[in-house]
Parts: sequence; structure tokens; C-alpha cells
Amino acid sequence: MSGRHMGAVAADQPPQVAARGPRLRRTLGGAAVPLLAAAGLAAFWLFPNDLGLMTRIAATALYVLSLDLVLGFGGIATLGQAAMFGTGAYAAGIAAVHLVSDPLVLLAVGGLAGGLVALVTGALILHARGLTLLMLTIAVVQIVQEVVNKARDLTGGSDGLSGIEPSPLFGLFRFDMFGRTSYLFALAVLLVGVLVARRIVRSPFGLACRGVKEDPLRVAALGGSPRRYLVTLYAVAGVFAGVAGALTAVTSGIVGLDSVSFSWSAEALVMLVLGGAGRLVGAIIGTVAFMTIHHVMAAIDPFHWMLFIGLFLMGTVLFLPGGIASLADRFIKGNRA
Amino acid sequence: METLFGIVVDGVAYGMILFIISVGLSVTLGLMRVVNLAHGAFAMVAGYVASYAAQGLGLPYAVGLVAAILFTVLATLPLEKLLYRRIYGSANELAQVLLTIGLTFVIVAGINYLFGPTLKRIPLPDALLGTVAIGPKSIPVHRAFVIAMGAATVLGLWWLLERTDFGIKLRAAVDDPNMAAALGIRTERLYTATFALGTGLAALGGVLGAELLPLEPYYAIRYIVLFLAVVAVGGAGNILGSAAAALALGIVDTAGKYLIPSFGEFFFYAALILILFRWPHGFFQGRAA
Repeated sequence: MSGRHMGAVAADQPPQVAARGPRLRRTLGGAAVPLLAAAGLAAFWLFPNDLGLMTRIAATALYVLSLDLVLGFGGIATLGQAAMFGTGAYAAGIAAVHLVSDPLVLLAVGGLAGGLVALVTGALILHARGLTLLMLTIAVVQIVQEVVNKARDLTGGSDGLSGIEPSPLFGLFRFDMFGRTSYLFALAVLLVGVLVARRIVRSPFGLACRGVKEDPLRVAALGGSPRRYLVTLYAVAGVFAGVAGALTAVTSGIVGLDSVSFSWSAEALVMLVLGGAGRLVGAIIGTVAFMTIHHVMAAIDPFHWMLFIGLFLMGTVLFLPGGIASLADRFIKGNRA
Repeated sequence: METLFGIVVDGVAYGMILFIISVGLSVTLGLMRVVNLAHGAFAMVAGYVASYAAQGLGLPYAVGLVAAILFTVLATLPLEKLLYRRIYGSANELAQVLLTIGLTFVIVAGINYLFGPTLKRIPLPDALLGTVAIGPKSIPVHRAFVIAMGAATVLGLWWLLERTDFGIKLRAAVDDPNMAAALGIRTERLYTATFALGTGLAALGGVLGAELLPLEPYYAIRYIVLFLAVVAVGGAGNILGSAAAALALGIVDTAGKYLIPSFGEFFFYAALILILFRWPHGFFQGRAA
């Protein structure tokens, strides 16, 4: 019923506006990555005391980006993205403790682990839709958490995994105690992630995934296999989430059970929707907004934070369905919408 | 043998609580197609009201129970009008999830502000303490009471949906809302009534189940996954399905906790994946509601 309402809004836009919008948006889209890099570097100089928080924001942004690939471009509503994030984080952490210490290799290990988990579970659960799919993704993340909790010898169980000491990046840059290397490393990985993700969503494969999101039946009628596209997309996003987890493990030196939790999955969803799903910038804006506000408010009282984020979330759904990133569109279109 | 008996009694009682709370969710999901993640929060609110009525005001248990249900239903009706009505329909799944998560957060914060973060109890009346003998065994009266209330809820809902005018209209609206509206059924009123019914059931379950699902501010978030699991397995809008799913999941969970306590909720979720993998539309994908 409200679906009809939303469709009506899209159809109401005058055609000349629709022609002007995409060109401007593309120009802005081209500038997004340089802008992001500039903002990241500016933050590096402006807030030298908050590098730890900013490193976490960068790694989390990559994680939310992975959810954006799945949800924004594939239409897969999931509350289990942390399964891939946590697996990547633990795989990298365990590898760092026992096998290798090169940070780039650790990221690769994390990405591989996240991608594998996504591929296996995605092949199992992506035939479902709606509530059933939501429940299956929750069940997957809960089971992964239980397995991690039980494998105490490897993962440290509920105490968490510590003692991750990566060797200097490229053999040159040590991870210093101020977190400068960590932050720049995380920022660089995030930027590469955005570039790769953009390449993916603009590729024929990415377009096919959007087609599945809009109308799986039609994709099937055109000879494509919707499920195969979705499983592939899920696995690719799993690699992103795994790398994000590994990045968190490498830069923070610890991995906790909460990195494979249902609530961490839900938080990613909240961040994505605040920023705006279905656009890569939205994932980053949402993460920065969410984690900054969280940092400020949770320091006061965690329940104030819940009240605030709850109201904010309801307000976003009711009054700003496209998220913060859609505010820019409204300016471009000059549309009161 | 003793363990088996304990598992069955506790599992069935636990399953009945899951059923009473989840069936409200199932009915609203079946009719309005709304994934209401705040459903657990409604159950929690009722539990806190009953706790306050018993401990703060010294009212008897039954009065507290009724007051909690009335309060919760009356307090959530404006929410239905203001919030939920905008997000009915299966096209808005994501908006539903987010809006109701947001609402849940607000309720959790509010409950914490009013009652603090500590566990709250609803003291049971003397009549519900002690044990009752059934044949050679004896079971706690409270468990027996919960099981009886669960059975009464199944029968009551069956009667309501199969034998009353309201039930006929409700089933018609579930099958085809547009056609039902065209035939002169006031679907908006039907939605409001069904929402109230669902909330009332959540409230009933929240109060009755306070012994098994302890009341604390994170209740709303901690148990909603359980309730959703019951709905997903039982099939949305399917009352007998919800009952069977709640009992099965309740017994599996209880058995897992009794026999292999170190594995926590592993078996619950493993069972969930197996069932949903085999029957993605729920175990009982027959007629809805």
C-alpha cells in the first residue's frame, strides 16, 4: 500500500529534472573518492587524539559497504552480515597469532575466510525471501558465534583473542602506539574498497544484480539465474566484510565475540539506512554519522544513546527514506519531494 | 526418566509462553504483512506494568495481569495509527524492520529510565506456588497454569477465527485485502482490532512468562529473535503452526539446555536452519490464519 505511494513519488518527477539529475550526480560521484580521501586526511591532521576512533570508523565503513552491496544492490535483507565480518576478523587474528604477521596477507586471509563463509551459507539460504531469509541470516550469525565461543583454544572464547601483532606495513611502516599508521592504512584500504565496489556495481554483473533486486522474475525470463547472481554477490560482499573484519583485527590488535553478534549485524543495517542504502557513499556517511554520535552520546549514558538512535531511526524511515545521502539529491533536483 | 519428564514439562511451559507471545506477531504478520520487531518490547512493557502493580501498588496478581494487558493495548493503539499504518504491506520490509527496531530502542531506553536496569519480578500469588500432582509425578503449579493458559489461548483463538464474524472478516482480509475492502469490510478497523489483539497476546505472554523470560530492559531485544523464529517456522498467520513451532522449539531449546548446557543456543539455531531450509515458508504452509 505504501509501496504504491513510493512509486507515485518517483513517477511524479518531471522528465527534465530526471535528465539533469544523473549528469550532476555522476560528476559528484566521480569526485566522491578524492573528496573522501581529502576528508580522511584532513581528519588525520585535525583530530590527532581521536585516531583510534577514526580507524574503527574506517574499518566499519568498509563493513557497512559490504552490507550495502548485499542490501542496496542485491535487495537481500540480512541481519547476519557480522558472520562474515567476525569470521574475517578471527581468521586474520588466528593467522596473526600462529602463522604470519604481514598485514596485507592478514587482510587477504580475512577476505578469503569471509568470502568462503558467505559462499557456503549464501548457497544454503538465499533461496528464501522475506522473514524466512531474515531468520536464516540471524541463525547463521548465532551459530558462527556459538562455534567461535566453543573453539576456546583457538579464539579465546568469551575472553576474546588478543596478541595480534602485525609486522610493519610493506616492511617499512611500523604500527605505532599513536595509531597513525593504523589510521592511514585503514583509510587506504577503505578507499581501495570503495573503488573496487564501484567497479563491481557498475559492471554488467552489478547491473544484473540490480535487475534481480527490481524484478527477479524478469531476470529469469531473460535467461539469467537470479539465485546465482545473488549468491555470487553475497560471496563478493562476504570478501569485503571479511577484509573489514581483518582490518579491525590488525589495527586494534584484539577480536571479541561481539564482532560476530546479531547486534553488530543490526548496527550495520542501522548505519547503512541512516546514510542511505543503494549508494556507496551512503554507507560511509552513515557509518561516520552513527559512530561519531555514538562516541559522544554513549560516553554520557548508553540508554540516552538508544533513545536517540531509536528516534533518529524512526525519523529516517518516516521522513527521509533515502537516508542522509539523499539530501544531496534533493538539492540537485531542487525538488521538495 | 526424571530428566526427560523435566524436559517435557519445562519445554512445554516454555513453548506455551513462546506461543502466546509469538502468535500475536504471527497474526499481525499474516494480516498486515508487518514484521513487528517491537512485539517483544510490548510484552516487556506489560511485564513491567504488572510488576509495578504488584510490587509498587500491592495489587493482586490477577488485577495486575488485566491492568497490564489493558495498559499495553491502550498505549500501543496510537502507535498503530501514527506509525504502523504507514508501513503495512510486504513491499516495506526494510522500513518495517528499521522503524520497529527504532521503536524498540526508544521503549528500552524509556523502561530503563523509569524502572532502572535491574531485574524486576512479578511475585506469584500463593495459589500458583507449590506443586500439583499428576499421576505419580508432580509439577510446579505455575508451569501447569502457563500450560493451561497456552491451551486456552489456542482454543480461544481458534474459536475467534473460525466461529465469529470478526474471524471470517479477518480471514477474508488475509486472503485478499483489496477484495475484502471492495466487499465492504472495513479493513482499517480490522487492522486496528487485530493489532490490539496481537498486542494483548504479547502482554499476556509477557506477564505470564516473567518467570521464564526474566524482565530487564534488554528483554525486548534479547527475545525477539525467539519470537520471530517461531513465526518463521510456524508460518505467518497460522495459529496451529505457531503452536506446534513454539512447542517444538521450546522443547528443543530446553532439551539442549538440560542435556548439553555448554552449547547454549546452538541446537535451537541449528534446528531453525534445518527446518527453514527444508520448509522455507514455514513448517505448516497451509491456509493462513
